[in-house]
Amino acid sequence: MWARSFSLILLFLLLMSSTSSGSPVPEKLGIGFVPSPELVKAWDTAIQPDGRGLPPGKGCVTDGQRIYVEQCQVCHGISGKGGQYDVLAGRLAENLFPFAAESGHPKTIGNYWPWATTLFDYIRRSMPLLTPGTLSDNDVYALSAYLLHLNELLPESACLDAASLPQIEMPANKRFVPDNRLETSAVR
Amino acid sequence: MGTSVLSRRRFLQATATGAGVVLAGQKATADVRRVGPWASQYGERSPFDKVNRTISGNLQHESETPQQALSGMITPSSLHYERHHAGVPTIRPEEHKLLIHGMVEEPKVFTLHDLLRFPQASRICFLECAGNGKHHFKSDEKTTPQRLCGLISQSEWSGVSLSSLLREVGVKKSGSWLLAEGSDACLLTRSIPMERALDDVLIAYAQNGEAVRPEQGYPLRLIVPGCEGSMNVKWLRRLEVSDQPFMTREETAKYSDPLKDGTVRQFSFVMDAKSIITQPAYPLQIEKGWHEIRGLAWSGRGQVAGVEVSDDNGSSWHQAQLQSPVLDKSCVRFGLLWKWDGKERLLTSRVIDSTGYTQPSARELIAIRGKQSLRYHNNTMTTWRVQSDGQVFYQRMD
Repeated sequence: MWARSFSLILLFLLLMSSTSSGSPVPEKLGIGFVPSPELVKAWDTAIQPDGRGLPPGKGCVTDGQRIYVEQCQVCHGISGKGGQYDVLAGRLAENLFPFAAESGHPKTIGNYWPWATTLFDYIRRSMPLLTPGTLSDNDVYALSAYLLHLNELLPESACLDAASLPQIEMPANKRFVPDNRLETSAVR
Repeated sequence: MGTSVLSRRRFLQATATGAGVVLAGQKATADVRRVGPWASQYGERSPFDKVNRTISGNLQHESETPQQALSGMITPSSLHYERHHAGVPTIRPEEHKLLIHGMVEEPKVFTLHDLLRFPQASRICFLECAGNGKHHFKSDEKTTPQRLCGLISQSEWSGVSLSSLLREVGVKKSGSWLLAEGSDACLLTRSIPMERALDDVLIAYAQNGEAVRPEQGYPLRLIVPGCEGSMNVKWLRRLEVSDQPFMTREETAKYSDPLKDGTVRQFSFVMDAKSIITQPAYPLQIEKGWHEIRGLAWSGRGQVAGVEVSDDNGSSWHQAQLQSPVLDKSCVRFGLLWKWDGKERLLTSRVIDSTGYTQPSARELIAIRGKQSLRYHNNTMTTWRVQSDGQVFYQRMD
Protein backbone atom coordinates (compact mmCIF):
# COMPACT_ATOMS: atom_id res chain seq x y z
CA MET A 1 0.00 0.00 0.00
CA TRP A 2 2.72 2.39 1.05
CA ALA A 3 4.80 1.37 -1.94
CA ARG A 4 1.85 2.06 -4.23
CA SER A 5 1.31 5.56 -2.84
CA PHE A 6 4.99 6.18 -3.14
CA SER A 7 5.05 5.15 -6.79
CA LEU A 8 2.00 7.32 -7.49
CA ILE A 9 3.77 10.30 -5.91
CA LEU A 10 6.85 9.48 -7.95
CA LEU A 11 4.79 9.30 -11.14
CA PHE A 12 3.17 12.64 -10.26
CA LEU A 13 6.57 14.22 -9.69
CA LEU A 14 7.84 12.81 -12.97
CA LEU A 15 4.88 14.27 -14.86
CA MET A 16 5.34 17.59 -13.05
CA SER A 17 8.95 17.69 -14.07
CA SER A 18 8.15 17.13 -17.74
CA THR A 19 5.85 20.12 -18.16
CA SER A 20 6.52 23.72 -17.30
CA SER A 21 2.92 24.49 -16.38
CA GLY A 22 2.63 21.61 -13.95
CA SER A 23 -0.23 20.06 -15.95
CA PRO A 24 0.06 16.31 -16.29
CA VAL A 25 0.53 15.19 -19.90
CA PRO A 26 -2.69 13.61 -21.21
CA GLU A 27 -2.69 10.62 -23.56
CA LYS A 28 -3.89 12.86 -26.40
CA LEU A 29 -2.72 16.44 -26.78
CA GLY A 30 -5.82 17.46 -28.74
CA ILE A 31 -3.75 19.00 -31.55
CA GLY A 32 -5.12 18.91 -35.11
CA PHE A 33 -8.70 19.09 -36.35
CA VAL A 34 -11.35 16.71 -37.60
CA PRO A 35 -11.27 16.72 -41.43
CA SER A 36 -14.24 17.77 -43.51
CA PRO A 37 -16.09 14.87 -45.19
CA GLU A 38 -15.21 16.50 -48.55
CA LEU A 39 -11.46 16.28 -47.88
CA VAL A 40 -11.65 12.63 -46.82
CA LYS A 41 -13.81 11.79 -49.85
CA ALA A 42 -11.45 13.54 -52.26
CA TRP A 43 -8.32 11.84 -50.91
CA ASP A 44 -9.72 8.44 -49.86
CA THR A 45 -9.00 6.75 -53.19
CA ALA A 46 -6.78 3.76 -52.40
CA ILE A 47 -8.04 0.35 -53.50
CA GLN A 48 -7.48 -2.72 -51.32
CA PRO A 49 -6.92 -6.24 -52.68
CA ASP A 50 -10.39 -7.41 -51.62
CA GLY A 51 -11.90 -4.57 -53.65
CA ARG A 52 -12.58 -2.16 -50.80
CA GLY A 53 -12.40 1.37 -52.18
CA LEU A 54 -13.44 0.52 -55.76
CA PRO A 55 -15.84 3.19 -57.06
CA PRO A 56 -19.12 2.69 -58.93
CA GLY A 57 -18.79 2.50 -62.71
CA LYS A 58 -18.03 -0.02 -65.42
CA GLY A 59 -15.75 -0.45 -68.40
CA CYS A 60 -15.36 -3.03 -71.17
CA VAL A 61 -12.42 -4.49 -73.12
CA THR A 62 -13.44 -2.80 -76.38
CA ASP A 63 -13.60 0.69 -74.81
CA GLY A 64 -10.32 -0.04 -73.08
CA GLN A 65 -8.63 -0.80 -76.40
CA ARG A 66 -9.71 2.58 -77.81
CA ILE A 67 -8.50 4.47 -74.71
CA TYR A 68 -5.25 2.48 -74.67
CA VAL A 69 -4.44 3.48 -78.26
CA GLU A 70 -5.09 7.15 -77.44
CA GLN A 71 -3.48 7.39 -74.02
CA CYS A 72 -1.06 4.52 -73.38
CA GLN A 73 0.32 3.10 -76.61
CA VAL A 74 2.89 5.87 -77.10
CA CYS A 75 4.82 4.58 -74.08
CA HIS A 76 3.78 0.94 -73.78
CA GLY A 77 3.65 -0.08 -77.45
CA ILE A 78 1.02 -1.79 -79.57
CA SER A 79 -0.93 -4.32 -77.49
CA GLY A 80 1.28 -3.72 -74.43
CA LYS A 81 4.52 -4.80 -76.07
CA GLY A 82 7.45 -3.07 -77.71
CA GLY A 83 7.13 0.38 -76.18
CA GLN A 84 9.99 2.20 -74.49
CA TYR A 85 8.49 1.72 -70.99
CA ASP A 86 7.26 -1.34 -69.07
CA VAL A 87 6.07 -4.32 -71.14
CA LEU A 88 2.51 -4.86 -69.93
CA ALA A 89 1.36 -7.95 -71.79
CA GLY A 90 2.64 -11.47 -72.35
CA ARG A 91 2.27 -14.86 -70.72
CA LEU A 92 4.62 -17.72 -70.05
CA ALA A 93 3.48 -21.26 -69.42
CA GLU A 94 1.87 -21.60 -66.00
CA ASN A 95 4.77 -23.67 -64.58
CA LEU A 96 7.48 -21.25 -65.75
CA PHE A 97 8.74 -18.45 -63.50
CA PRO A 98 12.29 -17.66 -64.65
CA PHE A 99 12.54 -14.08 -63.30
CA ALA A 100 15.27 -14.81 -60.72
CA ALA A 101 17.70 -16.68 -62.91
CA GLU A 102 17.22 -15.70 -66.57
CA SER A 103 17.33 -12.30 -68.18
CA GLY A 104 15.02 -11.23 -70.99
CA HIS A 105 11.68 -12.00 -69.33
CA PRO A 106 9.64 -8.85 -68.69
CA LYS A 107 7.51 -8.94 -65.54
CA THR A 108 4.17 -8.46 -67.30
CA ILE A 109 0.79 -8.06 -65.62
CA GLY A 110 -0.15 -11.62 -66.57
CA ASN A 111 3.14 -13.14 -65.48
CA TYR A 112 4.01 -11.19 -62.36
CA TRP A 113 1.27 -8.93 -60.93
CA PRO A 114 -0.36 -10.70 -57.95
CA TRP A 115 -3.58 -8.63 -57.62
CA ALA A 116 -5.96 -7.27 -60.29
CA THR A 117 -7.05 -4.46 -57.95
CA THR A 118 -3.52 -2.99 -58.14
CA LEU A 119 -4.13 -2.26 -61.83
CA PHE A 120 -7.13 -0.06 -61.13
CA ASP A 121 -5.42 1.68 -58.21
CA TYR A 122 -2.21 2.39 -60.09
CA ILE A 123 -3.76 3.51 -63.39
CA ARG A 124 -6.15 5.91 -61.67
CA ARG A 125 -3.48 7.16 -59.26
CA SER A 126 -0.47 7.55 -61.54
CA MET A 127 -1.25 7.17 -65.24
CA PRO A 128 -0.85 8.51 -67.87
CA LEU A 129 2.65 9.53 -66.76
CA LEU A 130 2.36 13.21 -67.72
CA THR A 131 -1.38 13.68 -67.06
CA PRO A 132 -2.39 11.54 -64.07
CA GLY A 133 -5.91 12.16 -62.81
CA THR A 134 -7.42 12.77 -66.25
CA LEU A 135 -9.05 9.35 -66.69
CA SER A 136 -12.63 8.73 -65.50
CA ASP A 137 -13.44 5.73 -63.30
CA ASN A 138 -15.17 4.11 -66.30
CA ASP A 139 -12.02 4.67 -68.37
CA VAL A 140 -9.92 3.00 -65.66
CA TYR A 141 -12.24 -0.02 -65.49
CA ALA A 142 -12.09 -0.26 -69.30
CA LEU A 143 -8.28 -0.03 -69.39
CA SER A 144 -7.98 -2.63 -66.63
CA ALA A 145 -10.26 -4.93 -68.63
CA TYR A 146 -8.28 -4.42 -71.85
CA LEU A 147 -4.92 -5.07 -70.16
CA LEU A 148 -6.25 -8.23 -68.53
CA HIS A 149 -7.58 -9.27 -71.94
CA LEU A 150 -4.15 -8.71 -73.52
CA ASN A 151 -2.79 -11.03 -70.81
CA GLU A 152 -5.33 -13.78 -71.65
CA LEU A 153 -7.16 -13.29 -68.38
CA LEU A 154 -10.44 -11.93 -69.78
CA PRO A 155 -12.40 -12.60 -73.01
CA GLU A 156 -12.83 -9.79 -75.53
CA SER A 157 -16.50 -9.45 -74.61
CA ALA A 158 -15.80 -8.83 -70.89
CA CYS A 159 -16.57 -5.77 -68.79
CA LEU A 160 -15.37 -4.95 -65.27
CA ASP A 161 -16.88 -3.24 -62.25
CA ALA A 162 -16.34 -3.09 -58.48
CA ALA A 163 -17.80 -6.57 -58.01
CA SER A 164 -15.99 -8.43 -60.80
CA LEU A 165 -12.48 -6.90 -60.71
CA PRO A 166 -11.44 -8.37 -57.32
CA GLN A 167 -12.67 -11.80 -58.46
CA ILE A 168 -9.99 -12.15 -61.10
CA GLU A 169 -7.32 -14.64 -60.06
CA MET A 170 -3.88 -13.53 -61.10
CA PRO A 171 -1.51 -16.37 -62.07
CA ALA A 172 1.41 -15.10 -59.96
CA ASN A 173 -0.63 -14.53 -56.80
CA LYS A 174 0.21 -17.90 -55.24
CA ARG A 175 3.93 -17.23 -55.66
CA PHE A 176 4.10 -14.15 -53.42
CA VAL A 177 5.46 -14.88 -49.94
CA PRO A 178 6.24 -12.54 -47.03
CA ASP A 179 9.82 -11.59 -46.20
CA ASN A 180 11.54 -14.31 -44.17
CA ARG A 181 15.06 -12.88 -44.04
CA LEU A 182 14.94 -11.35 -40.59
CA GLU A 183 14.35 -14.67 -38.81
CA THR A 184 18.02 -15.51 -39.22
CA SER A 185 21.44 -13.90 -39.57
CA ALA A 186 22.15 -16.21 -42.52
CA VAL A 187 22.06 -14.69 -46.00
CA ARG A 188 18.75 -15.33 -47.77
CA MET B 1 18.83 41.73 -51.38
CA GLY B 2 20.48 41.92 -54.83
CA THR B 3 21.11 45.63 -54.43
CA SER B 4 22.78 45.25 -51.07
CA VAL B 5 25.11 42.57 -52.42
CA LEU B 6 26.09 44.83 -55.32
CA SER B 7 26.72 47.81 -53.12
CA ARG B 8 28.81 45.64 -50.82
CA ARG B 9 30.90 44.52 -53.78
CA ARG B 10 31.42 48.14 -54.89
CA PHE B 11 32.41 49.02 -51.34
CA LEU B 12 34.93 46.19 -51.30
CA GLN B 13 36.38 47.19 -54.65
CA ALA B 14 36.74 50.74 -53.41
CA THR B 15 38.41 49.52 -50.19
CA ALA B 16 40.80 47.30 -52.08
CA THR B 17 41.79 50.08 -54.50
CA GLY B 18 42.26 52.50 -51.61
CA ALA B 19 44.52 50.07 -49.82
CA GLY B 20 46.59 49.73 -53.00
CA VAL B 21 47.06 53.51 -53.18
CA VAL B 22 48.21 53.73 -49.59
CA LEU B 23 50.64 50.86 -50.09
CA ALA B 24 52.01 52.41 -53.30
CA GLY B 25 53.10 55.40 -51.29
CA GLN B 26 54.96 53.22 -48.82
CA LYS B 27 57.42 50.46 -49.26
CA ALA B 28 55.44 47.72 -51.09
CA THR B 29 55.76 44.14 -49.89
CA ALA B 30 54.87 40.95 -51.75
CA ASP B 31 52.39 40.10 -49.02
CA VAL B 32 49.40 42.24 -50.13
CA ARG B 33 46.10 40.86 -48.83
CA ARG B 34 42.58 41.74 -49.86
CA VAL B 35 39.57 41.80 -47.60
CA GLY B 36 36.98 39.29 -48.76
CA PRO B 37 33.20 39.48 -48.75
CA TRP B 38 31.57 39.68 -45.32
CA ALA B 39 28.66 37.71 -43.98
CA SER B 40 25.93 36.21 -46.20
CA GLN B 41 22.35 35.20 -45.49
CA TYR B 42 22.61 31.66 -46.83
CA GLY B 43 25.97 29.97 -47.18
CA GLU B 44 27.40 28.50 -50.35
CA ARG B 45 30.27 26.12 -50.85
CA SER B 46 33.63 27.21 -52.22
CA PRO B 47 33.57 28.03 -55.94
CA PHE B 48 36.48 25.61 -56.26
CA ASP B 49 34.46 22.67 -54.90
CA LYS B 50 32.85 21.08 -57.95
CA VAL B 51 31.56 17.83 -56.43
CA ASN B 52 28.09 17.09 -57.81
CA ARG B 53 25.39 14.47 -58.10
CA THR B 54 25.22 12.71 -61.46
CA ILE B 55 21.80 12.61 -63.08
CA SER B 56 20.65 9.32 -64.60
CA GLY B 57 17.60 7.43 -65.84
CA ASN B 58 15.66 7.77 -69.10
CA LEU B 59 13.53 10.53 -67.56
CA GLN B 60 16.46 11.97 -65.60
CA HIS B 61 14.54 10.78 -62.56
CA GLU B 62 17.56 9.78 -60.46
CA SER B 63 20.66 11.47 -59.17
CA GLU B 64 23.59 9.72 -57.52
CA THR B 65 25.55 10.82 -54.47
CA PRO B 66 29.32 11.28 -55.10
CA GLN B 67 30.41 8.79 -52.41
CA GLN B 68 34.11 8.94 -53.34
CA ALA B 69 34.29 12.68 -52.59
CA LEU B 70 32.50 12.79 -49.22
CA SER B 71 33.73 12.46 -45.65
CA GLY B 72 32.22 11.38 -42.36
CA MET B 73 28.69 10.06 -41.99
CA ILE B 74 26.37 12.91 -43.08
CA THR B 75 25.54 13.53 -46.73
CA PRO B 76 25.16 17.24 -47.48
CA SER B 77 21.47 17.86 -48.25
CA SER B 78 22.39 19.24 -51.68
CA LEU B 79 24.14 15.95 -52.54
CA HIS B 80 21.51 13.56 -51.15
CA TYR B 81 20.52 11.07 -53.85
CA GLU B 82 17.17 11.46 -55.64
CA ARG B 83 14.70 8.97 -57.08
CA HIS B 84 11.48 10.53 -58.31
CA HIS B 85 8.39 8.79 -59.70
CA ALA B 86 6.62 11.91 -60.99
CA GLY B 87 8.96 14.84 -60.50
CA VAL B 88 9.25 17.28 -57.60
CA PRO B 89 5.97 19.03 -56.70
CA THR B 90 5.86 22.66 -55.58
CA ILE B 91 4.09 22.77 -52.22
CA ARG B 92 3.22 25.88 -50.24
CA PRO B 93 3.81 25.00 -46.59
CA GLU B 94 0.78 26.91 -45.32
CA GLU B 95 -1.47 24.90 -47.63
CA HIS B 96 -0.04 21.47 -46.84
CA LYS B 97 -2.07 19.04 -44.74
CA LEU B 98 -1.50 15.57 -43.35
CA LEU B 99 -4.67 13.46 -43.10
CA ILE B 100 -4.76 10.38 -40.85
CA HIS B 101 -7.91 8.29 -41.24
CA GLY B 102 -9.27 4.79 -41.84
CA MET B 103 -9.53 2.39 -38.89
CA VAL B 104 -9.09 5.06 -36.23
CA GLU B 105 -11.27 6.39 -33.40
CA GLU B 106 -11.21 9.90 -34.82
CA PRO B 107 -9.68 10.98 -38.15
CA LYS B 108 -7.50 14.08 -37.96
CA VAL B 109 -5.82 16.63 -40.17
CA PHE B 110 -2.54 18.22 -39.10
CA THR B 111 -1.01 21.37 -40.54
CA LEU B 112 2.71 22.05 -40.28
CA HIS B 113 1.90 24.47 -37.50
CA ASP B 114 0.13 21.66 -35.63
CA LEU B 115 3.06 19.27 -36.07
CA LEU B 116 5.51 21.81 -34.67
CA ARG B 117 3.54 21.78 -31.39
CA PHE B 118 4.36 18.11 -30.76
CA PRO B 119 7.59 17.06 -29.05
CA GLN B 120 10.40 17.03 -31.59
CA ALA B 121 12.33 13.85 -32.28
CA SER B 122 15.57 13.59 -34.29
CA ARG B 123 17.62 10.72 -35.58
CA ILE B 124 20.44 10.05 -37.97
CA CYS B 125 19.75 7.25 -40.42
CA PHE B 126 20.49 6.29 -43.98
CA LEU B 127 18.06 6.20 -46.89
CA GLU B 128 18.89 3.70 -49.62
CA CYS B 129 17.06 3.06 -52.87
CA ALA B 130 16.17 -0.63 -53.28
CA GLY B 131 17.91 -0.39 -56.67
CA ASN B 132 21.21 0.87 -55.25
CA GLY B 133 23.09 -2.20 -56.53
CA LYS B 134 21.44 -2.43 -59.94
CA HIS B 135 24.54 -1.47 -61.96
CA HIS B 136 26.89 -4.00 -60.33
CA PHE B 137 26.62 -6.72 -62.94
CA LYS B 138 26.27 -4.42 -65.94
CA SER B 139 29.14 -1.99 -65.48
CA ASP B 140 32.58 -2.00 -67.08
CA GLU B 141 35.86 -1.42 -65.22
CA LYS B 142 35.62 2.34 -65.64
CA THR B 143 32.88 2.73 -63.04
CA THR B 144 32.93 4.97 -59.96
CA PRO B 145 31.56 4.40 -56.45
CA GLN B 146 29.03 7.11 -57.34
CA ARG B 147 27.63 4.99 -60.17
CA LEU B 148 27.81 1.67 -58.31
CA CYS B 149 26.52 2.88 -54.97
CA GLY B 150 25.22 6.44 -55.37
CA LEU B 151 21.67 5.74 -54.23
CA ILE B 152 22.40 5.84 -50.50
CA SER B 153 22.69 9.00 -48.42
CA GLN B 154 22.44 9.90 -44.77
CA SER B 155 20.90 12.83 -42.92
CA GLU B 156 19.75 13.85 -39.52
CA TRP B 157 15.95 13.91 -39.76
CA SER B 158 13.79 15.84 -37.28
CA GLY B 159 10.06 15.90 -36.83
CA VAL B 160 7.30 14.14 -34.91
CA SER B 161 7.30 10.47 -34.04
CA LEU B 162 4.51 8.74 -35.95
CA SER B 163 3.45 6.91 -32.79
CA SER B 164 2.48 10.19 -31.12
CA LEU B 165 0.24 11.12 -34.09
CA LEU B 166 -1.30 7.64 -34.12
CA ARG B 167 -2.03 8.01 -30.39
CA GLU B 168 -3.80 11.26 -31.22
CA VAL B 169 -6.21 9.58 -33.69
CA GLY B 170 -6.53 6.31 -31.74
CA VAL B 171 -5.77 3.28 -33.93
CA LYS B 172 -8.52 0.64 -33.71
CA LYS B 173 -7.57 -2.89 -32.65
CA SER B 174 -8.13 -4.16 -36.21
CA GLY B 175 -5.65 -1.61 -37.62
CA SER B 176 -2.62 -3.70 -38.62
CA TRP B 177 -1.30 -1.84 -41.68
CA LEU B 178 -0.84 1.77 -42.68
CA LEU B 179 -0.86 3.26 -46.18
CA ALA B 180 1.39 6.28 -46.73
CA GLU B 181 0.62 8.54 -49.70
CA GLY B 182 2.71 11.35 -51.20
CA SER B 183 1.38 14.43 -52.96
CA ASP B 184 3.56 14.16 -56.05
CA ALA B 185 1.71 13.83 -59.37
CA CYS B 186 1.64 10.01 -59.12
CA LEU B 187 0.42 10.04 -55.49
CA LEU B 188 2.96 7.35 -54.64
CA THR B 189 1.75 4.86 -52.01
CA ARG B 190 3.37 2.20 -49.81
CA SER B 191 1.96 -0.03 -47.05
CA ILE B 192 3.74 -0.25 -43.69
CA PRO B 193 3.04 -2.83 -40.98
CA MET B 194 1.51 -1.16 -37.90
CA GLU B 195 4.08 -2.81 -35.64
CA ARG B 196 6.80 -0.96 -37.54
CA ALA B 197 4.80 2.29 -37.75
CA LEU B 198 4.54 2.37 -33.95
CA ASP B 199 8.23 1.65 -33.53
CA ASP B 200 10.73 4.21 -34.83
CA VAL B 201 9.01 5.97 -37.74
CA LEU B 202 9.25 9.76 -37.99
CA ILE B 203 7.20 12.40 -39.80
CA ALA B 204 10.15 14.62 -40.70
CA TYR B 205 9.89 18.33 -41.39
CA ALA B 206 13.63 18.93 -41.12
CA GLN B 207 16.75 17.50 -42.70
CA ASN B 208 20.15 18.35 -41.27
CA GLY B 209 18.61 21.10 -39.18
CA GLU B 210 16.73 23.02 -41.87
CA ALA B 211 13.49 22.39 -43.73
CA VAL B 212 13.47 19.17 -45.78
CA ARG B 213 14.71 19.93 -49.30
CA PRO B 214 12.00 20.03 -52.04
CA GLU B 215 13.53 17.03 -53.81
CA GLN B 216 13.55 15.14 -50.51
CA GLY B 217 9.88 15.69 -49.73
CA TYR B 218 9.31 19.28 -48.58
CA PRO B 219 7.47 19.95 -46.39
CA LEU B 220 6.93 16.44 -44.90
CA ARG B 221 8.65 13.13 -45.42
CA LEU B 222 7.98 9.79 -43.78
CA ILE B 223 11.20 8.33 -42.40
CA VAL B 224 11.23 4.56 -41.85
CA PRO B 225 14.79 3.92 -40.61
CA GLY B 226 16.66 1.09 -42.29
CA CYS B 227 13.99 0.58 -44.95
CA GLU B 228 14.19 1.00 -48.73
CA GLY B 229 13.88 4.54 -50.06
CA SER B 230 10.36 4.30 -51.48
CA MET B 231 8.94 3.44 -48.02
CA ASN B 232 10.15 6.87 -46.93
CA VAL B 233 7.29 8.59 -48.75
CA LYS B 234 8.09 12.15 -49.79
CA TRP B 235 5.62 15.06 -49.79
CA LEU B 236 3.52 13.00 -47.34
CA ARG B 237 -0.15 14.01 -47.27
CA ARG B 238 -2.13 10.99 -46.10
CA LEU B 239 -1.93 7.97 -43.80
CA GLU B 240 -4.75 5.40 -43.93
CA VAL B 241 -5.08 2.66 -41.33
CA SER B 242 -6.42 -0.70 -42.51
CA ASP B 243 -6.48 -4.36 -41.52
CA GLN B 244 -4.46 -5.51 -44.55
CA PRO B 245 -1.69 -4.24 -46.84
CA PHE B 246 -2.98 -2.31 -49.87
CA MET B 247 -0.82 -4.25 -52.39
CA THR B 248 0.20 -1.11 -54.24
CA ARG B 249 2.19 -1.33 -57.47
CA GLU B 250 5.40 -0.33 -55.65
CA GLU B 251 5.15 -3.34 -53.31
CA THR B 252 4.00 -5.96 -55.85
CA ALA B 253 5.09 -5.37 -59.45
CA LYS B 254 8.12 -3.36 -58.26
CA TYR B 255 10.53 -3.67 -55.30
CA SER B 256 9.72 -7.39 -54.84
CA ASP B 257 12.31 -10.14 -55.24
CA PRO B 258 11.70 -13.17 -57.48
CA LEU B 259 13.66 -16.12 -56.11
CA LYS B 260 15.11 -19.22 -57.73
CA ASP B 261 12.51 -21.50 -56.09
CA GLY B 262 9.75 -19.79 -58.08
CA THR B 263 8.44 -17.62 -55.25
CA VAL B 264 8.48 -13.82 -54.97
CA ARG B 265 9.65 -12.32 -51.70
CA GLN B 266 7.41 -9.37 -50.82
CA PHE B 267 7.72 -6.53 -48.29
CA SER B 268 11.47 -7.12 -48.19
CA PHE B 269 11.94 -3.48 -47.34
CA VAL B 270 14.54 -3.80 -44.56
CA MET B 271 17.89 -3.15 -46.25
CA ASP B 272 20.49 -5.82 -45.53
CA ALA B 273 24.01 -4.89 -44.41
CA LYS B 274 26.34 -3.51 -47.06
CA SER B 275 29.69 -1.77 -47.36
CA ILE B 276 31.77 -0.30 -50.16
CA ILE B 277 35.31 1.04 -50.37
CA THR B 278 35.00 4.59 -51.67
CA GLN B 279 38.74 5.17 -51.99
CA PRO B 280 40.97 4.08 -53.58
CA ALA B 281 38.51 3.50 -56.39
CA TYR B 282 38.11 4.28 -60.10
CA PRO B 283 39.25 6.77 -61.47
CA LEU B 284 42.10 7.24 -58.94
CA GLN B 285 45.71 6.39 -59.69
CA ILE B 286 47.71 5.83 -56.50
CA GLU B 287 51.39 5.90 -55.67
CA LYS B 288 53.37 3.34 -53.69
CA GLY B 289 53.39 3.73 -49.93
CA TRP B 290 50.81 4.43 -47.21
CA HIS B 291 47.14 5.14 -47.93
CA GLU B 292 43.96 4.98 -45.91
CA ILE B 293 41.46 2.63 -47.51
CA ARG B 294 38.15 4.33 -46.72
CA GLY B 295 34.53 3.48 -47.24
CA LEU B 296 30.97 3.38 -45.99
CA ALA B 297 29.14 0.59 -44.15
CA TRP B 298 25.56 0.31 -42.93
CA SER B 299 22.77 -2.11 -42.03
CA GLY B 300 18.99 -1.71 -42.00
CA ARG B 301 18.83 -4.52 -39.45
CA GLY B 302 20.77 -2.71 -36.73
CA GLN B 303 24.21 -1.32 -36.00
CA VAL B 304 27.44 -1.92 -37.86
CA ALA B 305 29.46 -4.25 -35.61
CA GLY B 306 32.61 -4.38 -37.72
CA VAL B 307 34.08 -3.94 -41.19
CA GLU B 308 36.83 -6.09 -42.64
CA VAL B 309 39.03 -5.19 -45.59
CA SER B 310 40.98 -7.53 -47.86
CA ASP B 311 43.66 -6.66 -50.44
CA ASP B 312 44.04 -10.22 -51.75
CA ASN B 313 40.57 -11.02 -53.06
CA GLY B 314 39.31 -12.28 -49.71
CA SER B 315 42.13 -14.66 -48.80
CA SER B 316 42.90 -12.62 -45.69
CA TRP B 317 40.82 -9.98 -43.89
CA HIS B 318 41.85 -7.07 -41.67
CA GLN B 319 39.66 -5.22 -39.18
CA ALA B 320 39.01 -1.60 -40.22
CA GLN B 321 38.59 1.31 -37.80
CA LEU B 322 35.08 2.73 -37.50
CA GLN B 323 34.67 6.49 -37.14
CA SER B 324 32.34 7.43 -34.30
CA PRO B 325 29.48 7.56 -33.58
CA VAL B 326 28.22 4.17 -34.72
CA LEU B 327 24.43 4.40 -34.70
CA ASP B 328 21.48 2.09 -35.26
CA LYS B 329 20.43 1.82 -38.93
CA SER B 330 23.08 4.35 -39.91
CA CYS B 331 26.07 4.60 -42.18
CA VAL B 332 29.50 4.70 -40.65
CA ARG B 333 32.75 5.67 -42.35
CA PHE B 334 35.51 3.08 -41.95
CA GLY B 335 39.23 3.27 -42.62
CA LEU B 336 42.29 1.06 -42.68
CA LEU B 337 45.87 2.23 -43.09
CA TRP B 338 47.44 0.24 -45.89
CA LYS B 339 50.85 0.22 -47.55
CA TRP B 340 50.71 -0.44 -51.27
CA ASP B 341 53.74 -2.41 -52.50
CA GLY B 342 53.23 -1.74 -56.22
CA LYS B 343 51.81 -5.18 -56.99
CA GLU B 344 48.37 -5.81 -58.48
CA ARG B 345 45.81 -6.03 -55.65
CA LEU B 346 42.09 -6.76 -55.33
CA LEU B 347 40.55 -4.57 -52.62
CA THR B 348 37.22 -5.41 -51.07
CA SER B 349 35.29 -4.84 -47.84
CA ARG B 350 32.59 -6.70 -45.93
CA VAL B 351 30.45 -5.58 -42.99
CA ILE B 352 29.13 -7.61 -40.07
CA ASP B 353 26.15 -6.09 -38.25
CA SER B 354 24.84 -6.31 -34.68
CA THR B 355 22.54 -9.24 -35.60
CA GLY B 356 25.49 -11.30 -36.84
CA TYR B 357 24.58 -10.85 -40.51
CA THR B 358 27.65 -10.78 -42.78
CA GLN B 359 27.61 -9.07 -46.18
CA PRO B 360 27.76 -11.72 -48.94
CA SER B 361 30.03 -11.87 -51.96
CA ALA B 362 28.46 -11.52 -55.41
CA ARG B 363 28.85 -15.22 -56.12
CA GLU B 364 27.30 -16.19 -52.79
CA LEU B 365 24.20 -14.01 -53.21
CA ILE B 366 23.75 -14.96 -56.87
CA ALA B 367 23.84 -18.64 -55.84
CA ILE B 368 21.18 -18.04 -53.20
CA ARG B 369 18.82 -15.67 -55.04
CA GLY B 370 19.64 -15.73 -58.75
CA LYS B 371 21.37 -12.95 -60.68
CA GLN B 372 18.23 -11.41 -62.14
CA SER B 373 16.72 -11.22 -58.66
CA LEU B 374 19.39 -8.69 -57.73
CA ARG B 375 17.82 -5.82 -59.67
CA TYR B 376 16.64 -4.78 -56.21
CA HIS B 377 18.27 -5.39 -52.82
CA ASN B 378 21.74 -6.22 -54.11
CA ASN B 379 24.01 -5.82 -51.09
CA THR B 380 27.01 -7.76 -52.40
CA MET B 381 30.63 -6.77 -51.86
CA THR B 382 32.36 -4.42 -54.31
CA THR B 383 35.91 -5.14 -55.50
CA TRP B 384 38.50 -2.67 -56.85
CA ARG B 385 41.56 -3.81 -58.84
CA VAL B 386 44.73 -1.81 -58.19
CA GLN B 387 46.98 -2.37 -61.21
CA SER B 388 50.76 -2.36 -60.95
CA ASP B 389 50.78 1.15 -62.48
CA GLY B 390 48.58 2.34 -59.61
CA GLN B 391 45.47 2.79 -61.72
CA VAL B 392 42.32 1.57 -59.92
CA PHE B 393 39.44 -0.12 -61.77
CA TYR B 394 36.09 -1.67 -60.83
CA GLN B 395 36.35 -5.46 -60.84
CA ARG B 396 33.13 -7.34 -61.54
CA MET B 397 32.90 -10.54 -59.52
CA ASP B 398 29.69 -12.12 -60.85
